[in-house]
Amino acid sequence: MKDLSQTWDVLVVGGGNAALCAAITAREAGCSVLLLEHAPKAFRGGNSRHTRNFRSMHEQPTDVLTESYLEEEYWDDLKRVTGGNTDEQLARMTIRASAGVTGWMRQSGVRFQPSLTGTLSLSRTNAFFLGGGKALVNAYYLTAERLGVTILYDTEVLALKMEDGFVRSADIAYRGYPETVRAKMVVAASGGFQGNLDWMREYWGDAVDNFVIRGTPYAKGKILKSLLGQGVAQVGDPTQFHAVALDARAPQFDGGIATRLDSVPFSIVVNRDGDRFYDEGEDFWPKRYAIWGRLIAQQPDQIAYSIFDQKCVEMFMPSIYPAKKANTIRELAVQLGIADPAKVEATVAQYNAAVRAGSFNPGKLDDCVTEGIMPPKTHWARPIDVGPFYGYPLRPGITFTYLGVRVNERAQVMMDDGRPAGNLFASGEIMAGNILGRGYLAGFGMTIGTIFGRIAGQEAAKNARN
Amino acid sequence: MPATETITIGAVTQIEALADARHFMEICNGCRYCEGFCAVFPAMELRREFADADLNYLANLCHNCQGCFYACQYAPPHPFGVNVPQAMAQVRAASYEQYAWPRPLARLFQGNGVVVSLATAGGLALVLLLSMLFRSTQMLTAWPVEPGAFYVVIPFPVMMWMGLLTFGYALVAMFMGARNFWRDAGTTGVATRAIGEAVWDILTLKNLGGGGDGCNDRDESFSMTRRYLHHFMFYGFMLCLAATTAGTVFHHFLGWVAPYSLLSLPVVLGTLGGVGLLIGTGGLFAMKFTDDPAPKARGLLGMDVAMLVLLALSALTGLVLLALRSTGGMGIALAVHLGVILALFVVLPYSKMVHGVYRGAALLRYAVERTGKPLGTE
Repeated sequence: MKDLSQTWDVLVVGGGNAALCAAITAREAGCSVLLLEHAPKAFRGGNSRHTRNFRSMHEQPTDVLTESYLEEEYWDDLKRVTGGNTDEQLARMTIRASAGVTGWMRQSGVRFQPSLTGTLSLSRTNAFFLGGGKALVNAYYLTAERLGVTILYDTEVLALKMEDGFVRSADIAYRGYPETVRAKMVVAASGGFQGNLDWMREYWGDAVDNFVIRGTPYAKGKILKSLLGQGVAQVGDPTQFHAVALDARAPQFDGGIATRLDSVPFSIVVNRDGDRFYDEGEDFWPKRYAIWGRLIAQQPDQIAYSIFDQKCVEMFMPSIYPAKKANTIRELAVQLGIADPAKVEATVAQYNAAVRAGSFNPGKLDDCVTEGIMPPKTHWARPIDVGPFYGYPLRPGITFTYLGVRVNERAQVMMDDGRPAGNLFASGEIMAGNILGRGYLAGFGMTIGTIFGRIAGQEAAKNARN
Repeated sequence: MPATETITIGAVTQIEALADARHFMEICNGCRYCEGFCAVFPAMELRREFADADLNYLANLCHNCQGCFYACQYAPPHPFGVNVPQAMAQVRAASYEQYAWPRPLARLFQGNGVVVSLATAGGLALVLLLSMLFRSTQMLTAWPVEPGAFYVVIPFPVMMWMGLLTFGYALVAMFMGARNFWRDAGTTGVATRAIGEAVWDILTLKNLGGGGDGCNDRDESFSMTRRYLHHFMFYGFMLCLAATTAGTVFHHFLGWVAPYSLLSLPVVLGTLGGVGLLIGTGGLFAMKFTDDPAPKARGLLGMDVAMLVLLALSALTGLVLLALRSTGGMGIALAVHLGVILALFVVLPYSKMVHGVYRGAALLRYAVERTGKPLGTE
């Protein structure tokens, strides 16, 4: 049993990228640091385990990034995806810092590589982690251990006890045993609440039972809730989350990247009732996959089916689960478990009749369109008429929630009265909503976590030693 | 030679091992985070579906650095339970048996540790018997280090023909195995450039580099230990072969008869090679005690250890012979060394040593494929 009675300089709540960056930084500054990770060692690292890259500003090509990616373009990208739902000052500070922090990341054991095969569109903007996010997490834990950060796994922080804007103590469950921990400074880096289905149920009702959570089940949002209940200022819409379309057979938690499906643009997608509900060919899949999670979440029973024919089988990577396969659409609908196969047959027939001949080209926004049906399919529309026919069931896969605590540029958590908390800092998904209030920008979550982790660690260390 | 239920690796049949590997490759192909570690993942990305022959190829391309295991978000206890190094080791071991030549001897890969040990014992016994047959009375006599001393114990023609026949057979059998492997995965043209790249990959063990910092020998941390130890073993073995070759040249073309002086080429090469082999095999053997069992395949330890011990014995008995060659122990030392070498040559095509042949062929295929365009590129 570790001696938990001492007063630590810095307590870090959480065990993902943002927590580790804060813990290592504070320890490098000479502080005694306690890091509490809810997950057991095998599942440590929160959602960072499933990440793969880091969006990095750079003025010239580097060993792993092509061309340049300057502040204005980065900011424009962010403004576009968030629809302005961001804090320009914090965002620009994060963007600027992303250029310089990779040196520290490398020093701390992170290894980069050029963009992965199939991710050419990110080769200019995103530095990929060699081996992915779990490799990054492993490297940071090794560094933290080497530096002497005290790390406890299987240790959930249940509540931070605040008085007059100061965190006085933390109630924790250390391998199930209740304990109290005291620290001069606290960094909250415990993520969002997408792993807490009961909390999500408050906004989404029983639909949550049909949600797949792509990442860690340990993102319970307990600290987020604890802080918001004690006068800490809130950012982000609590009802909102980022979601993509996944193979419906994905595990309820932790399925990560491999369960996604890329068949949508080459198929038609019908809902439980056999109706199409959105333009499958609106744009290239990498630009559209992020909206399909929400689209499916809004369908009855939160289920949809991607249906295509023999012509399209080789056009996308197969799912890790086998496609359902049948010689007729009706038979396929039965196999997919759709209640009204005749309706699916009618939908496909109607779609086929609406397809206008064009020159099919998966490499560009081609002229294969439908006419006279709603919704239309505006690219890559070809009749589904060459058996055998195939189908995948789809579910919404939740990546993260947007609700968070407000912070300032020193990563200090802000109180409702507009003043910063005395000894509380935040980094990572728990505060990402300040900057990414809506939408999604690949690799930007890791950038926010790293930059704010570093700042929180520095600021906590500075204050702890005053 | 299709995959079969009768080939087993520990408690796993070849069919099961292939099914595991196929399932893992399908998951890996949807993730691809490990693509920077080694050749296996870029080769995987050229495929959508994984036939048995593809998996045998990928398994032999895998150098077992374990980087992908520790980096894997789906590794056990995750419900997907992805364990690529373990699955690949099982498929690889089964492929040795599947491709072995001639077919009836393929069973020697079952319980291979025992087979190699028995072969070693047999080799020792045979050469000792032979030496007694030829010079029983003078076995324990001290001999001056003068030309022809060795051949009093075992006459030169006997030594030469036993060596040539067994080693020649081993080369033929391993070549036939490699041919089976190559044909199974689909014949393909080979450019000179590809040969150069494959040779470079073999000589540098680039794929034990884990993307730059080495293997995960026992945990998440990276280390070059295994790669360097393998270099000691590989180059030690090569130096020993070079020593033998030099001796042959001396004997046949220059008319110089062994034993040779301490500073002669065969003795210097052999001594360096022997020391290298001892360091390499000893180190790799010691690592077995600290390895993390999680990414390892059960049931392969016997094959591994038997080969390490046989190689170490080859080196050790050679060095002992060098030390004792002017004493009364020379006769026995020579007989023991030749017995071990005989065993090594005989079991070569039915031991862990074939990994080098199949891995070399896999690296050549990879070098040929490398220009291909991976699936899923934009």
